[in-house]
Amino acid sequence: MQSQQSTSLNENVQEKKLSFKFDMQAYTLAIALVLIAIIFSIFTDGEFLSSRNLSNLFNQMSVIAVLAIGMTLIIVAGHIDLSVGSLVGLTGGIAAILQVWYGWDTLSVFLVTIIVGALLGLWQGWWVAYRGVPAFIVTLGGMLIFRGILVGISQGQTVAPLEGGFKQLGNSYLPYSIGYILAIIGIVLLIFFTIKNRSKRANLGLALTPGFIDYGKIAVYSIFTMGIVYMLNRYLGIPTPMLIVVGLAALFIFISSKTAFGRSVYAIGGNEEAAALSGINIKRNVLWVFILMGALAAVASLILTSRLNAATVGAGEMYELDAIAACVIGGTSLMGGKGKIVGALIGALIMASIDNGMSMMNIETFWQFIVKGLILILAVWLDISSKKRAA
Amino acid sequence: MGDYALQMKGITKEFPGVRALDNVTFSVHKGEIHALCGENGAGKSTLMKVLSGVHPYGSYTGDIYVDGKKVEFRTIKESQKVGISIIYQELALIEEMSVAENLFLSHDLMKRKVIDYNQLYAESKKWLNYIGLDIDPRTKVGKLSVGKQQLIEIAKSLTKKTDILILDEPTAALTESDVEVLMDILKDLKSKGVTCIYISHKLGEVMELADHVTVLRDGQTISTDPIGELSEEKIVTKMVGRELTELFPYEPRQIGDNILEVKNYSVIDSQTGKKVIDNAAFNLRKGEILGISGLMGAGRTELFTSIFGGYEGKKEGTVLLEGKELKVKKPSDAINAGIAYVSEDRKRFGLVLGMDIKQNTTMAALNKVMKFKLIDHNLELQKSEEITKKMKLKAPNLETAVRQLSGGNQQKVVLSKWILNNPKVLILDEPTRGIDVGAKYEIYKIINELAEEGVGIVIISSELPEVLGMSDRVVVMSEGTVAGQFDRKKATQEKIMALATGGKKDAKSTVH
Repeated sequence: MQSQQSTSLNENVQEKKLSFKFDMQAYTLAIALVLIAIIFSIFTDGEFLSSRNLSNLFNQMSVIAVLAIGMTLIIVAGHIDLSVGSLVGLTGGIAAILQVWYGWDTLSVFLVTIIVGALLGLWQGWWVAYRGVPAFIVTLGGMLIFRGILVGISQGQTVAPLEGGFKQLGNSYLPYSIGYILAIIGIVLLIFFTIKNRSKRANLGLALTPGFIDYGKIAVYSIFTMGIVYMLNRYLGIPTPMLIVVGLAALFIFISSKTAFGRSVYAIGGNEEAAALSGINIKRNVLWVFILMGALAAVASLILTSRLNAATVGAGEMYELDAIAACVIGGTSLMGGKGKIVGALIGALIMASIDNGMSMMNIETFWQFIVKGLILILAVWLDISSKKRAA
Repeated sequence: MGDYALQMKGITKEFPGVRALDNVTFSVHKGEIHALCGENGAGKSTLMKVLSGVHPYGSYTGDIYVDGKKVEFRTIKESQKVGISIIYQELALIEEMSVAENLFLSHDLMKRKVIDYNQLYAESKKWLNYIGLDIDPRTKVGKLSVGKQQLIEIAKSLTKKTDILILDEPTAALTESDVEVLMDILKDLKSKGVTCIYISHKLGEVMELADHVTVLRDGQTISTDPIGELSEEKIVTKMVGRELTELFPYEPRQIGDNILEVKNYSVIDSQTGKKVIDNAAFNLRKGEILGISGLMGAGRTELFTSIFGGYEGKKEGTVLLEGKELKVKKPSDAINAGIAYVSEDRKRFGLVLGMDIKQNTTMAALNKVMKFKLIDHNLELQKSEEITKKMKLKAPNLETAVRQLSGGNQQKVVLSKWILNNPKVLILDEPTRGIDVGAKYEIYKIINELAEEGVGIVIISSELPEVLGMSDRVVVMSEGTVAGQFDRKKATQEKIMALATGGKKDAKSTVH
């Protein structure tokens, strides 16, 4: 009886070698994105997929994308952050004031702004984690408080103009050669880690995915990356904000999958009681999630302020909702415990594409709100109904 | 007395994989107090849920007659209409509403377009006087003690037309003076012709109140006798009198020195202020399997979750692990010291259902699969595969979400998670609840193997055969403390039950 069962596990593990793991959600998202691109291309005579527009698109999505990275962690941990829009406004205001009114140099401004963002996140995280106030309330309060402080310190004025270095952050492009070099380095690293991982798995006697799948994936990613870089290089090159988004995404994907902190966040959101009884420190981990969100909001604010070459009182308004929508469209569950950063990025790209495409078609702005709202509801409904069918 | 207020004939109720009620017959005379007794899981609550319409007509087989008329309840409302009221162990009051509003929540007085509060309060006062509570009807229910809430709940059911009143463990949360008030009320109701079904573990109360006693065991009716022909001992014998039908792979083992000693241990619940554990003491030795027996509410789970650092409450007393004092503030302290706790509710406290098997097994021992502070996914998969193979886990692969596994396999994942940590002390709370027989046997074998390796094991279980079949020694808990203990050879179901129900204390007194 015993040997029978242990072999049944072995057989099943071997089966896995042959079965290709389908991540339906990722595919649905990719298909949706392709559909949107095709539709807009048709209506704009291909202008939507032109080098110039792609460059604009990536610039436009960068602020929401940075916020969505942090928001994914917040929502996965089972919380919400409604204050990120005001946080972007306030930290952007602080950055501009330090430079324009006090004449600080760009590097010091960047550093101090990010630290301030992290501290504001710490403040909110402390209320949520250590004082047990629901995140919805704490961050709703934060939304008002931060906006209020911004109006107070800026005396309601627009703060401008910035110095050259600051302006570069959101308005510069990588030289063509550097763009290609970075892309090639990325692809080489991908090949290196795939081979290393395969040999390690073989050493440990673990099941291996068939080579053609692993190498096929590398081929697809490589073609895709080179294609994008080529398209962007036909215009001005890779936009710096896009590089920041890719860098931060890589960092946070690494954190969420390879560190104990990342694993804990998913466990806490999945089942807080079970996580606590497994020895996970709930409070400290939640606090860190909010600190990271604050720091990311500060980075987003630097990009935004730089792109606008000014800090305004209304900067970042409604960004929290765009960031949450990006996460949700990307498959993050508001119940917590489930969600991927890559999904949130695709979600942000979908939202930005709709804005961008509809503007190109000269559709009035009010339609953009209506369409984005409907897509949000549709995305969640699709997710729920596909799960019901599976169950 | 010849007329029956209630007759239930041939009631059979099945849940997936379990036959909770098997051809049960239950007859109650008009105007009597009829006690329903049985071990945890004997089927008492299920029977009452069938009666009150929680399990609707059609989901069970058999017939129910009220006042001689056949009834088919599809909802709770329908059973209330013919005068059946049921008061559950878990109170169903709305804490944020006033006493008066709660009393008349489903009453016509509250259903008018405009509620006449003066009339409501006047009516409430009458009922409060009847149950001996001198409180303002405008008081919020949440501000009252649990005992008083229980009395309110009884009054609430009396405000409706009630011919048959069912009380499920009504005195579990009451103080002694409240119990006396309740007893007086029940006697008064009886004199007014209300029929009462009284479910209780406390046999002393049953002997004082009841006219007849029906005993259920394993979902079957064992007997219905007039109280005059019974004694506490006779009821206990009927409750437990079964043969050990399941197999327990017990083998005598070498038992070592003390590994865990608990002395003068008390726990005060931080929410209710109640002393849930009162001066408990026990010891556990290396390689020993210690069974913990007791009724629901005896404090077994509270004692061990508190030792593990997972119970919100103030604790007093000493815990020694391998002779050294152990200070546990949070679960990670206990885990790092080598204590593991498998909870009674695996879905709520043991697993993250949406995560896969691999991630669940490493959750409490993540440092075992880390290199340079980073999770090594390949090492994680390897360790997880090793341990789950040892547990004979059946699953498509280790990346399957735990949600999709059967109860037995889920429990094996929980066990894997804790055993990966190489614990010195393994606490198992109801380790085989809701698990099929085959998986049970495998889990018992795993427990034995661990004991053989020198792990000190605690099995908290409501199933007496399991405790008797697996344990080297049995500790019996009652009302928040250790009531006594038996060696494997001397332990019998009758002795344990007698001690657990607060009967004669003929067991040898506690160690230390």
